[in-house]
Amino acid sequence: MLSYPTVRTSLAFLAIAVVGLAFADISITAANPWRDLGNFFLGVVTPNFFSSEGLLTALLRTVAFAFVGVALGSFFGFFLALAYRSWPVRTFCAFIRAIHELFWALIFLQFFGFHPLTGVLAIAIPYAGIFAKVYSEILDEADPDPGRLLPPGTGRISAFLYSKIPDCWAQMRTYTAYRLECGLRSSAILGFVGLPTLGFYLEASFSQGLYSDAGAMLILFYVLIATLPLWVRPRLIPFYVLGAPFFLGEGLPIVWGNVQRFFTQDIIPSPIRNGEGVAGLMSWAGDLMVEQALPGIWNTVVLTQVALVVTGILALLAFPLISNHFGGPVRRTTGHILLVIGRSTPEYILAYILLQLWGPSMLPAVIALALHNGAIIGHLIGKQTNTLQLRPDATTGFSRYTWELVPRVYRSFLAFLFYRWEIIMRETAILGILGIYTLGFYVDSAIQNIQFDKAMILILITAALNIGIDTLGRFIRRKLALQTMPTC
Amino acid sequence: MAINRIRKFLVSSVLLTTAFTASAETFVFTAIPDEDETKLVERFRGVADYLSEQLDAEVRYIPVKSYAAAVSAFRNNQVQLAWFGGLSGVQARRLVPGSEAIAQGVEDEAFETYFIANTSTGIKPAEEFSELTDELKGKTFTFGSKGSTSGRLMPEYYIRETFGDKPEDVFSRVGFSGNHTRTLRLVEAGTYQVGALNFQVWQKELGDGNIDTDAVEVIWKTPAYPDYQWTIRGDVDERFGEGFKGRVKEALLNLKDPALLESFPRSGFIPASNDDYEPIRKTAEEIGILD
Repeated sequence: MLSYPTVRTSLAFLAIAVVGLAFADISITAANPWRDLGNFFLGVVTPNFFSSEGLLTALLRTVAFAFVGVALGSFFGFFLALAYRSWPVRTFCAFIRAIHELFWALIFLQFFGFHPLTGVLAIAIPYAGIFAKVYSEILDEADPDPGRLLPPGTGRISAFLYSKIPDCWAQMRTYTAYRLECGLRSSAILGFVGLPTLGFYLEASFSQGLYSDAGAMLILFYVLIATLPLWVRPRLIPFYVLGAPFFLGEGLPIVWGNVQRFFTQDIIPSPIRNGEGVAGLMSWAGDLMVEQALPGIWNTVVLTQVALVVTGILALLAFPLISNHFGGPVRRTTGHILLVIGRSTPEYILAYILLQLWGPSMLPAVIALALHNGAIIGHLIGKQTNTLQLRPDATTGFSRYTWELVPRVYRSFLAFLFYRWEIIMRETAILGILGIYTLGFYVDSAIQNIQFDKAMILILITAALNIGIDTLGRFIRRKLALQTMPTC
Repeated sequence: MAINRIRKFLVSSVLLTTAFTASAETFVFTAIPDEDETKLVERFRGVADYLSEQLDAEVRYIPVKSYAAAVSAFRNNQVQLAWFGGLSGVQARRLVPGSEAIAQGVEDEAFETYFIANTSTGIKPAEEFSELTDELKGKTFTFGSKGSTSGRLMPEYYIRETFGDKPEDVFSRVGFSGNHTRTLRLVEAGTYQVGALNFQVWQKELGDGNIDTDAVEVIWKTPAYPDYQWTIRGDVDERFGEGFKGRVKEALLNLKDPALLESFPRSGFIPASNDDYEPIRKTAEEIGILD
């Protein structure tokens, strides 16, 4: 078995995670973690839908921000995709998508403040980077034959519209619709930093132990996502997109002087601002590296590697839940619901809940990342097993799982896992805002101390780390000849 | 059918937009989120109503999610007045030249931080912080918010002064609960063994019967320091009319509604000045929160 590269790679990652686990801070510090968890579930089954007058408005805002953000992202992403061959465009896209929505929001909050533009751009910018990449991949894979059959002298635009687009349209549409679901999740968590979406109220009720209120909000959010196919019909989309900007709320007016101040003063390293020269700058940068960046990078990497492997294990355990090869329809329906809940709940919200219940350590973060990402991968792999035809006399039960199914789906499983590697790291960094000592913790601390120069450098370091992992993930996938479709 | 729905949708969106276009000159204020949000919203909606009546202007309160967000909104002129803590006030006034501390609570002249411990630790109350050094070493500890004066700045100052070390080196785990109410709940539940919080929040919760005194107790009280204050931007007179700043100050000093004062909790408001907060600025510089 060790002769298989996929197995060797898996074992290597497993070993790294085990070593990482030795360094990771894993513990439950709450005195009564299970009682609190019980109270939380009690809250979810006794939801209080009338807690806050702002709840419905928040839901409306969550949808509005998602629509506007995703629409702008796909619009600009499409044009970037057309120029994706040029490396400056590729690098630019990799850079803007390497910075998490919440980081973008924290940046814009400093100069646009509580204006709807903050939330819209926080979604639109990273999404444009992702759309550009995926659209360009779809366009590259289009069948070249229709283009060859066009009469000579056909203009480039006509050729593009008549030979490329028809072939890619369905795929692009599916992917864009899928991103809308991601957009709703992104939009919801923007509330945690103060935008008027669902996260704002969720954070407030959770932190006060109002679990029935929080439960109601989570349920409404699941219903919103589960019913997406019902209310997002192709014909209605133009109306939604045109209407959504009117539902963003008015926020507070933008003062343009703040924008200029942010870029010309706030983010200039303070030694330069104060004219302390190169020596001052070096010692400033040195302190920042030693006291914040390096510990942040270390914790981010350790947490990412542990979470990645736990995600993989969970996905392998979860896929039989929805697989036709096991159990009956009742169990599969329950399995579907469980996986939908897992993948609809943003990691950030899961981690927030578990941190409140178990106290601060890397454990809640690992579990949150693994539950969310494991549910996504488990869902995809489970669906894939449903397309497999086994021999009528194939073994059943555990043997069927280990000898028939896992070997058949293992390559696509790894492909999904390595695809999500970078996504897990992006989330890991952001979970620092909740108090785990990853890069996000230091970014948040710098912002709390009104030191935007430090915050920007730490965000840039986070972005560089993500780009590095993304490249490495692609390298490994190419080496192992793994192919996958994008997930978010 | 579909057309009808779309028409309804468009009409309602137009209605909503017009409803949201408020008048141009609304006086907006905010407050640091130092306690449970429900309480803050209740308290400051009351203040907004009171100010709006006194100033004869539209006054709006904006809740924010972090201390820094309150400072940024003030600096960016999206809010013109704020109820800051000692540290956030110093930060804000440094960033907005001409801004002024105009009023503080009676209790804010001599504010205190209480160190609290879960009773399972067996730590007994002490007069001097130095008597507790052996017992505190290696315990888990939580501050309030990263930007808090009573929940972060002052406790960190006394920890550094007494132990000669950073909090991370004194305690086995250091956290930031987010606000004072949460610090209380976390130490009460034993999630953290020790914590530091605003003494007013402790006393109010104690008075309301919200503290399980068998589970958590005060182990040390810091010396007094200046804390919360109302800070206003220097350019409000230009924007809202001559003498506006004076009228805001007067309105705050004349706030006598017992229910509203009780919600702070303060017994009343008295004049304050920027210089009152010099000790806070020096402390913040000493531990590197201000550069």
